[in-house]
Amino acid sequence: MSAKAHVRIALVGKPNSGKSSLFNQLTGLNQKIGNFPGVTVDKRTGLCALSEHQTAEIIDLPGLYSIYPRTPDEKIVTELLVDTRSKHFPDKVVLVLDATNLKNGLLLLTQLIDLEVPLLVALNMMDQAAQAGISLDVKKLSAELGVPVVMLNAREGVGIDKLKQAMAEPGRTPQRKVFTPDASVHRVLTTINERFGVTGTYRAFQFLQQPQHLLSLSRDDRAFVEAVSREVDFFPAKYQGAETVIRYQFIQDLLDRVVLKAPHPEWKKDTYRIDALLTHKVWGYVIFFVILFLIFQSIFAWAQVPMDFIDHTFAQLSLWLSHTLPAGPFFDLLSQGVVPGIGGIVIFIPQIAILFAFISVLEETGYMARVVFLMDKGMRQFGLNGKSVVPLMSGWACAIPAIMATRTIDNWKERLITIFVTPFMSCSARLPVFTILVALIIPEEKFLGVISYQGLALMGLYLLGFIAALLSAVAMKMLIQAKERSYLLLELPTYRVPKWSNVGYTIVEKTKAFVLEAGKVILAISILLWVLASYGPGDVMEKAEETVRTRTELLPLSEGELEAHIAAYKLEHSYAGIIGRAIEPAIRPLGYDWKIGIALITSFAAREVFVGTIATIYSLGSTEDAQTIKSRLAREINPETGGPRFTPAVGFSLLVFYTFAMQCMSTLAVVKRETKGWKWPLLQLAYMTALAYLAAFVTYHVLR
Amino acid sequence: MVPGESGIIAGFSDQELSFKLMEMGFLPGTAIRFNFTAPFGDPICVTVSGYDLSLRKEEAATVSILG
Repeated sequence: MSAKAHVRIALVGKPNSGKSSLFNQLTGLNQKIGNFPGVTVDKRTGLCALSEHQTAEIIDLPGLYSIYPRTPDEKIVTELLVDTRSKHFPDKVVLVLDATNLKNGLLLLTQLIDLEVPLLVALNMMDQAAQAGISLDVKKLSAELGVPVVMLNAREGVGIDKLKQAMAEPGRTPQRKVFTPDASVHRVLTTINERFGVTGTYRAFQFLQQPQHLLSLSRDDRAFVEAVSREVDFFPAKYQGAETVIRYQFIQDLLDRVVLKAPHPEWKKDTYRIDALLTHKVWGYVIFFVILFLIFQSIFAWAQVPMDFIDHTFAQLSLWLSHTLPAGPFFDLLSQGVVPGIGGIVIFIPQIAILFAFISVLEETGYMARVVFLMDKGMRQFGLNGKSVVPLMSGWACAIPAIMATRTIDNWKERLITIFVTPFMSCSARLPVFTILVALIIPEEKFLGVISYQGLALMGLYLLGFIAALLSAVAMKMLIQAKERSYLLLELPTYRVPKWSNVGYTIVEKTKAFVLEAGKVILAISILLWVLASYGPGDVMEKAEETVRTRTELLPLSEGELEAHIAAYKLEHSYAGIIGRAIEPAIRPLGYDWKIGIALITSFAAREVFVGTIATIYSLGSTEDAQTIKSRLAREINPETGGPRFTPAVGFSLLVFYTFAMQCMSTLAVVKRETKGWKWPLLQLAYMTALAYLAAFVTYHVLR
Repeated sequence: MVPGESGIIAGFSDQELSFKLMEMGFLPGTAIRFNFTAPFGDPICVTVSGYDLSLRKEEAATVSILG
């Protein structure tokens, strides 16, 4: 028999069965993240050389316990394994079983046997099973199931070669049956087999049981399934309980014969001892918040060094290019649009890498499940998930990695709410804006000589963002109708030492996904914003220098000051300047003028751009020095009132605006990637901008 | 049940949830141990079918226990 040169093999198994370790072992860095059509689930695939002549495309499918799915991620697996007509249907399925907890994984195995998919069992965590004192008759297990079984320790790579050999063999469908659908439905199962061109009674039975999860079915197909269901008086809940009971009877019977020695009762002692501490009513929270603080601190502070380096490098590169390349619109675009745009993507990598290093360690050790356990009750009231805490806290450093971290939340509604409210958490990019405005409007005095008013205001802004996040979450909880019920039912795995290569793979995967997918949008928007700020209608830009020189002829300006004036003039007459002027009527109720309008437009790239734009527009050149900008802003006069432009009312209005407004194209891009569409990011942009506008309006009018 | 106590699963009061629970190893006649609760009394951790699982109180309340 000649084997196919290229086979598609799917990895299936329950969560915590070591599936990802196995996937990493098989594929190494040959991994790719794609999309399953129409859904928000990432498709992880990779290539693996099985032999000299044969490569396999490995698909890592989301973890699940049963062919009856609970989450959108699990639905993918159901569809993929049930609908043989799909172009993703695998040539072979490798079911990963946790040898320390065989019973728990066998349900899915019996379902796959009945589905008649070519099957191979990878019995993983043999080392831990041995430590727990478990002894299994693997030959018997294989014979009883009619499926090849390979013993494995995926973390250490033990047994991988044997597994590859077994994977290279042509797939065999198991010959036995565990559960046979009730005789009363057999007739319609045959009609389903005929209509859809699929084989097998149990497969046809799945078309009856859960047509809603088979996305490829047309409206006609669904009507057909409904009609035949009625014919035999079938409804999905009719046999499902009985099916599970029959399967577990088989499983218990099987275990009685293949388990030679059960785990000694003490083997989970360490896990229980650690749990007593980590889920303790005081220490549990203390430890968790210390860990959260550490994560926050490291993305906030430790990432700064590489980020400054990236910032500096790209700025230098841009400068060098604009001196080296010949003048012209194309080369300007390259040196001042594209290069800084790419820099704006790369700059997020340190934060993403650090956050995912932590998250991956939390997942690997089994601690993440305890986080959910600790936080579930508190977070549920806000429509959030126990796992939402990590993204929310990370949002105080940066919303980009934080939103990517919501991937760990299984429940789609809770994930969506977390994504939606995370940008309210005051990120580090707001800090430069806050610092200047707070310094401008709040006196440098201390309350009772200890507490600085400025610090108090800053803390108030962080709190304001946090409250907005929680309240918005509650509002969304009530607005979004969930199709799925929210379950917890979460396994608390035994504690383990993290496998560092898995941590590394996660970092690489997340970074790649961000750069390749969100990066496109960020680059496009940043180039657009650059064009808007650098070009204007007619020849006004070309004549800018001449115009400014003539106008300021009589003023004693140094060359540097003159350049700053030219830059201000250019920005004012660019398309961004024109838009800034055009929106003035809309932002006047908030207390802003067109100069602030321009800054609002340009700072959509990222909030901190506000500072640079303000510096340019007030002819300060490219300084980012807070003191210089502050004293310049303090001198600015409002021509209408004759008083200062930046009154406390205007300052607070701006602070509130930046607390609530989305004003970050990278967040927009990453939400688009995480929700796989434009609907949610645009809704979020509209909601946050509207809220910012209203809040700023109220603030301005109350304080005026 | 109180933490530390064991019992035998008798049945379920919520059909939709019972399918999920059975798939997770909560079968009538199976032994179950209530290990401990989260700090605010919810969720709880139980051992069933040889592994530890956390579930919410309201979910656990749909499982009836013998003795």
